[in-house]
Amino acid sequence: MNHHSRARLRPAVRIVDPRAIDQDRIPYMSTAAPAQPPVTISNRDRTINLLTQIWSWLFLIGLIAFFSFAGEGFFSIRNFGNILVSGTLIILMALGQTFVIITGGIDLSIGWTVGLSSVVTARVMRDLSDGGVEVIPAILIGVVFGLLVALIPGIVNGILIARIRIPPFIATLGMFGIVRGAAFLLTDGQNVIGNIDSSVRDVLRLVGNGSLLYNIPDFGIAWLSQPPDLTREQLRALQRLAPYPVLIVAVIIVIMAFVLARTQFGRHTYAIGGNAEAARRAGINVSRHLITIYIISALMAGIAGVLHVFRFTAGAPQAGESALLDSVAAVVIGGTSLFGGEGRISGSVVGALIIAVLGTGLVILNIDALWQFVIVGCIIIVAVLVNQVQSYLENRQAHHE
Amino acid sequence: MNNPDPQPILEVQQISKYFGGLTALDKASLAVYPGEVVALLGDNGAGKSTLIKCISGVHKPDEGVIMFDGRDVGHAPPAAIREMGIETIYQDLALAENLDVGANVFLGKEVKKRLFGLLPVTDDDYMRTEAAKVLDRLDIHIPSLKQKLVSLSGGQRQAVAIARALYWDAKLVIMDEPTAALGVPEQRKVLALVKSLREQNIPVIIISHTMQDVMEVADRMIVMRRGKLVANLPRAEATVDLLVKHIIGATEIET
Repeated sequence: MNHHSRARLRPAVRIVDPRAIDQDRIPYMSTAAPAQPPVTISNRDRTINLLTQIWSWLFLIGLIAFFSFAGEGFFSIRNFGNILVSGTLIILMALGQTFVIITGGIDLSIGWTVGLSSVVTARVMRDLSDGGVEVIPAILIGVVFGLLVALIPGIVNGILIARIRIPPFIATLGMFGIVRGAAFLLTDGQNVIGNIDSSVRDVLRLVGNGSLLYNIPDFGIAWLSQPPDLTREQLRALQRLAPYPVLIVAVIIVIMAFVLARTQFGRHTYAIGGNAEAARRAGINVSRHLITIYIISALMAGIAGVLHVFRFTAGAPQAGESALLDSVAAVVIGGTSLFGGEGRISGSVVGALIIAVLGTGLVILNIDALWQFVIVGCIIIVAVLVNQVQSYLENRQAHHE
Repeated sequence: MNNPDPQPILEVQQISKYFGGLTALDKASLAVYPGEVVALLGDNGAGKSTLIKCISGVHKPDEGVIMFDGRDVGHAPPAAIREMGIETIYQDLALAENLDVGANVFLGKEVKKRLFGLLPVTDDDYMRTEAAKVLDRLDIHIPSLKQKLVSLSGGQRQAVAIARALYWDAKLVIMDEPTAALGVPEQRKVLALVKSLREQNIPVIIISHTMQDVMEVADRMIVMRRGKLVANLPRAEATVDLLVKHIIGATEIET
């Protein structure tokens, strides 16, 4: 959707059609509207418009700069790696949420879907390896089950919303409760499923805490996995240049951005958010499309749940709970309209990174982490205001024409 | 109209539609010939919208037959009917205002190309170029085809809706209150578009409350009242006075 920003700024040319000027043929129409001078968009509007497009990027850069100067230890590869790894959860959830919100919906259930998926993944891995299954098959089967179970709330959400026409807020709020309960039932009320066999956990860590590329002092660069026999000092200074969770999520970001921006599926997603009835009349199978989108949203949560197991070698029902509202915040900060029809993946990723940077930065500055809620809340409100300025500019142009 | 074709392109035969106890359409019949503009008149609730929704497939008639281009389309889904060449332009235009002109003209029928010979992506440049061509045919100039519809005027949006119909080789265009909610210059523009469709031999059914519009563009006026067709007048025989009488039912009392 990048092209719109520039296009919107072109001077509007008034349409003059010779056939439209024979107004004396109909008496009551002879009071023609006074001729308007051609409208040009002022430089000020141009600047404002540009700012509304890029403010979240500027804010992120400013935030990183601020913490880098103010907080000791913030500006380091190690810290940036940690921010990115911890940001993967919000990013994954925000990716699916972006599609959902562009259609004019919302998915409140994905927070607990992350938990459900992580619990199922951990439990399957634990029970299989306890039952004598080899490590790798146990892990793979666990991943498959973790992803499959996440699809269930997605399918049900989609059917409730698209076919039974239950408002997305209500349908996914119901699912929020159902999935939450299911996740805790699967852990027998425990907060965590952690007693996975240590052989399995070692392999999980290789991925969850591993990196494609390491930089180790007095050792050099290492590929694929951490070399054994590192000293305590080396471990402390070890830099993960390409953590696997970040790489995995980066690939998913690229896929999702591609699908949304370039494919027919993405186009239909925008069309449904802009005017679902128009999409329906144009022959787009709106209800099937919506079901697919809620499944995608749930799948992203499922991937986040599986990733949680790799990172923490345990499953927890509340693994994604706190990230739900953050994911919505990330999407809104990224410029996606809650009314649907507008939004970009890159914006949501920036929004998620702002939240992740804030979380770490405040800790490093030794500011109570609770301030993060206050600050994120303020940014959300600013984001919505920016969105309104944007549509104001668009509408003003339409009235000029 | 200059070249009267004995074969109607659309023939609605005795269709009825009931909503519960309400008879929305009562054995309504109608024929539309190539290249003519037919106005559909009637008070609110007279059954005009139900009739066009039956033709465009949104409603299924409970009784009767709808023949289009020699085929019975009475029970075809809307998408299939659109495929056959009946384009309906609704009052609310059925456009996605958050998308550009090309995306709207091709909505639901996006043209794709292969990125790196592999990944199917929407061919936005092609769609914009094609949209520009058809807008040219209608003598419409939109400053930038990359503009979202939300920043276009009402008349320009109407033009985009008509352009879409034209692009997909509409054999019949149905317009529901096309000039409602438009400023005067824009209304003129839309009426010019209707005439331009007729010049291209595409028949138009136009629903309108504005007598002046109807008198200006329509070749034939059909008046509906309480689900029935009560008058079918060529322009030569129609006067505003007579039409109003039919609409409010005054002729029924006289005879």
